Amino acid sequence: MSVIPQDAQEIIPGADELLPEPRPGGAHRRREWVDIIRGSLRFGRTKVGLVIVVAIVALALIGPYVAPHSPYATGVAPDYAGPSARAWLGTDYIGHDVFSRILCGGRTVIGLSVVATVLAMILGTALGLLAGYSRPAVDDVIMRLLDVLLAFPSIVFVLLLVALLGNSLGLIVLAVAITHAPRIARVARGATLEIVGRDFVRASEALGVPRRKILAGEILPNITSPLLVEFGLRLTYSIGLIAALSFLGFGMQPPAADWGLMIHENQMALAVQPYAVFVPVFLIALLTIGTNLVTDGVSRALIGIDRDTGAK
Amino acid sequence: MSEIAMTTAENDVVLTVEGLRVELDPSGADIDDEVTLSIRKGEVLGLVGESASGKTTAATALLDHERRGARIGGGKIMVEGRDILALKPNELRRVRGGLISYVPQDPSMSLNPALRIQTQLVEILEAHGFGASAAEREKRLEEMMEEVLLPSDAAFRRRYPHQLSGGQQQRVALAMAFACRPAVIVLDEPTTGLDVTTQAHVLRTVRDLTQTYSVAALYVTHDLAVVANLADRIAVMYAGRLVEVGPKEALFGGACHPYTRKLLEAIPDLNGEHALRGIPGRAPVPGRRPEGCFFAARCDDVEDQCRAGFPPYDGPGEDHRVRCFRWREVEARPMFADRPLRMAAGPACATEEDALVTVRGVRVFYGSHEILHGIDTTVCSRRCIALVGESGSGKTTLARAIAGIHPGKIEGDILFKGRRLERDSRSRPKESRQQLQYIFQSPYGSLNPRKTIGQILSQPLKEFFRLSRDDMEKRMGDALELVALDATLLSKYPDQLSGGERQRVAIARALAAEPSVLICDEVTSSLDVSVQATIIELLAGLIEETGVGMIFVTHHLPLVRSIAQDVAVMSAGNIVEFGPVGDVLSDPQADYTKKLLADTPTI
Amino acid sequence: MSPLLKLILRRLGLGVLTLFLVSVVVFGATQALPGDPARAILGKQSADKAMYLALRQQLHLDRPIYVQYEIWSRGIVSGHLGTSTASGQPVTTLIRARVVNSLILVLLAALISIPVSLLIGALAALWRDSVFDMTTSVGSLALAALPEFVIAMLLIFVFATTVMHFMPSVSRIDPTLAIWSQLNLLILPVLTLVLAVAPYISRILRASMIEVLESDYVQMARLKGMPERTVMSRHALPNAVIPAIQVSALQLAWLAGGVVVVEFVFNYPGIGSAFIDAVKNRDLPVVQAIALLIAAVYVLANLAADILTILVSPRLRTGLR
Repeated sequence: MSVIPQDAQEIIPGADELLPEPRPGGAHRRREWVDIIRGSLRFGRTKVGLVIVVAIVALALIGPYVAPHSPYATGVAPDYAGPSARAWLGTDYIGHDVFSRILCGGRTVIGLSVVATVLAMILGTALGLLAGYSRPAVDDVIMRLLDVLLAFPSIVFVLLLVALLGNSLGLIVLAVAITHAPRIARVARGATLEIVGRDFVRASEALGVPRRKILAGEILPNITSPLLVEFGLRLTYSIGLIAALSFLGFGMQPPAADWGLMIHENQMALAVQPYAVFVPVFLIALLTIGTNLVTDGVSRALIGIDRDTGAK
Repeated sequence: MSEIAMTTAENDVVLTVEGLRVELDPSGADIDDEVTLSIRKGEVLGLVGESASGKTTAATALLDHERRGARIGGGKIMVEGRDILALKPNELRRVRGGLISYVPQDPSMSLNPALRIQTQLVEILEAHGFGASAAEREKRLEEMMEEVLLPSDAAFRRRYPHQLSGGQQQRVALAMAFACRPAVIVLDEPTTGLDVTTQAHVLRTVRDLTQTYSVAALYVTHDLAVVANLADRIAVMYAGRLVEVGPKEALFGGACHPYTRKLLEAIPDLNGEHALRGIPGRAPVPGRRPEGCFFAARCDDVEDQCRAGFPPYDGPGEDHRVRCFRWREVEARPMFADRPLRMAAGPACATEEDALVTVRGVRVFYGSHEILHGIDTTVCSRRCIALVGESGSGKTTLARAIAGIHPGKIEGDILFKGRRLERDSRSRPKESRQQLQYIFQSPYGSLNPRKTIGQILSQPLKEFFRLSRDDMEKRMGDALELVALDATLLSKYPDQLSGGERQRVAIARALAAEPSVLICDEVTSSLDVSVQATIIELLAGLIEETGVGMIFVTHHLPLVRSIAQDVAVMSAGNIVEFGPVGDVLSDPQADYTKKLLADTPTI
Repeated sequence: MSPLLKLILRRLGLGVLTLFLVSVVVFGATQALPGDPARAILGKQSADKAMYLALRQQLHLDRPIYVQYEIWSRGIVSGHLGTSTASGQPVTTLIRARVVNSLILVLLAALISIPVSLLIGALAALWRDSVFDMTTSVGSLALAALPEFVIAMLLIFVFATTVMHFMPSVSRIDPTLAIWSQLNLLILPVLTLVLAVAPYISRILRASMIEVLESDYVQMARLKGMPERTVMSRHALPNAVIPAIQVSALQLAWLAGGVVVVEFVFNYPGIGSAFIDAVKNRDLPVVQAIALLIAAVYVLANLAADILTILVSPRLRTGLR
């Protein structure tokens, strides 16, 4: 098969008779954000997801200020006591007030996940942009290396590092970021490649605009859609991963109040003190479902927007 | 009842469409409405329209097919006494492919990539009960392929679609359409994307088959020249309404609708006898159509009654219908009101020193493959040289090599004002980068969708000049003025502009750099004929006003007349003929040029 | 050489390369990092010079890096995965039975999840925007979001504590008995894995089926007057199969990693729970071995997916780039 590129594409006008009419709009139409928010809230499920996320984040942030007892206070009631006036959900294996610990246990999960995801996005986007807008040789090398990282399921990779370097929160955040980065890079690279093929990039090159300016000014603004969706997905997985790590006994350590850790600590006494286990389980479940629903809504809104603006 | 009565025109009519209406789903806005036409046995009716005219939607409606987002809202489609739109699903299935068949626009997408050619051909015979046995069907299959001039041997039949060329794929589509000897065939721009020679071939085949089997054919196209040779009658569609229907000779000799006339004037004339004229403005899209005649906003003959209501069907005869109140006056006017082609251009470069760009012995590679084999040419100021050829001829490659955006190896010399240029524009001195400007084909891909027009236009200004903000605004306004656009566009985004407007912005971007050479790479190929004409007018005017030298790359030979003084005909990486446009087109020397001219459809 | 063969060999070569690099990473991670593995393992006991030196020798830490790698990889290939520092037994003995157990888990999960989710995805595409589609869509979104341990805990909550008391919440598998005699203990772990994996398969299949159903060639088949049955079976299906294969192979790959948490929750004696124990004990040879095993499964599953895709796509089969 020929390796010579097609000389000129014979595009015939009228190929799509229902081409979108040029969008009306005043001078500075408000860009994306309003459109995205409005577009995604069209779907019932997104609204539900948003409510859930907001509620749980509020719980996590405000919780510590309204907790009846300190999450570290032991002896609030006898160990493994049932629900009472003092401890609304009872106490755990050491006599902590389960309710207070639940109110205080969200911050770490959410905070660590957000940090890890942001880090991953920065790393992954940079690598993806580089791979997409470099010589094929450089692209190949970067992708091969990333493939190696991708061969490890996230949890295996993180635990591998923990086994070697010991259990520390910083390491875990870094490890989660590193395991997500290749996946983000793949998405970023794909989007970059598609943009790089478009004429406006070539037009800037012809003008002599330096590469880094093209990366930042021409390419990056055009790949924000898939990256936004990817951020949402990675956040959802980060929350799951970090909670799982605490659940396994890594990550957060006692006496910290953390939802994942609580499940770990109280797993054995499931039948006696179910709340300490299942309330955090439900909260983590709701949180991840919420973020995923919102991400789905944003993704669908973006597809519509990109189609209308001809960005796709 | 005597036999003579049986041979009246009514008995020859195979297809009748009455008041067809197709709407958008769910808004209900009309895409097509009041479409009424008829086709006789063995007759080809050309349905002509530009983008958003609704012609493809109307054509597929003939098979009671609704694409996603559209629904058929009313009307009757009568074939052999049956209303297609009223058929039950089972009957409809038998009719499709059997009584009425369809040839799609893009066979590379319409042929199933996972199935062999023969599977896709034989199944239509099976579905419609042709042939009593597999052996009979195989024989019929061979016949079908020979009819469309395809090899009928087993090895070829076992191929997959991607192993065929574009022209071969389209022939397969034709074979499928004629397989069951249908009464009606709907062809949807089937020569899109094919080069001129292949297109000529396919058109001939279509003509032969429709005549041999007395099939009534509806040929949808945007290209009047193509349909001029093939069709017996022509129907012109504008914004979803038929505005004129009549015999080919009547339309070309004396069109009665202002739009038809303007459309004809916008078509590049191979003989170069009349100048191109575009139609400013845009056709109204579904949902934004006015009360009166849809063409009123762009019509020179408009008067009050035109805005009150859409004109009814009227016209000189049964066979020639028009929807215009003033058709009589329009018909009376001579075609192509005296506007001879006249381009004020500078003289050819006397010596090499005068030339802006000199190409000497240039060989261009893609990887290790040599694509251009030793090219010599020049570009002079105040003149335009056209690079003409089919796909793969190397014309775009040459243009890109000159512009410095070709990614492969280049040997030989490309000189700008006597100075040798580096291969990559980024290695070139600022002056050369600024003076040589390139305009891309697709208005949809050449503007960054995330930037405002102002940001797009300011890029070359920032790159090449040191200007204050006020100066920059002024220069951008000037550039827009040169392309007849308003400065209010500066704060808009590309998706708020039409295709024609976007292309003008692309041209303005090039002009903002104050170049001495403009390289236009198929800049009108993605545009409607009427819009194309306005851009050509613009470019020709720019040469006159600013004195730039222009390289105009195109695959469309007739266009060359309207813009260039010299033409270089390219094929397979070589310039096979070069000379003044008039000479080359009226008295071609090279065989390839002769063939190209012979295969180019003209009115 | 036929272009098809060339393509497959190329893909194989890439797979082998990736495996090699993976092994280097696993090896490098455990052996070549700063900090002394011997010291880390012995902890306070590293003060005992004799013990320390003996351990160093046992771990070959006194040899140059590439020799260490060579020894190690030679060992892997010939089935000697080193000796567990926690138990002193050869790693191979330790994990042999567990590998079988995890395999059973994975195979059962795959056998159930793949057909079920392919069916759901296909039906959702066929009945697009129906109630079925909407419900499965939301359901998939929800399930896909949940971490595996949450799914496991939710199942435990539903089945073991409240609804049905006959399913033990913790699989106390008796290692002396064969697995298939304790099948009821497999139900919850397998179900967890199925629920974790199914949403991905069905969503991807739905998306690609919709693409196929809206493609030009399917529309063309209808316009040719082909009966709907034929359109589906002959035109749509062969094209929808490709993404289905890819996604199924990838899920098998994912299951290899998914077992880690699931086995821990149910105390199932597989390589997943062995891995976690090893990490807790910093039993590096075991950690290495299992990490490598899981990664190898992942690479091989991807390889299988790619090669199957090539075989099934006519365009790739005939060597088109």
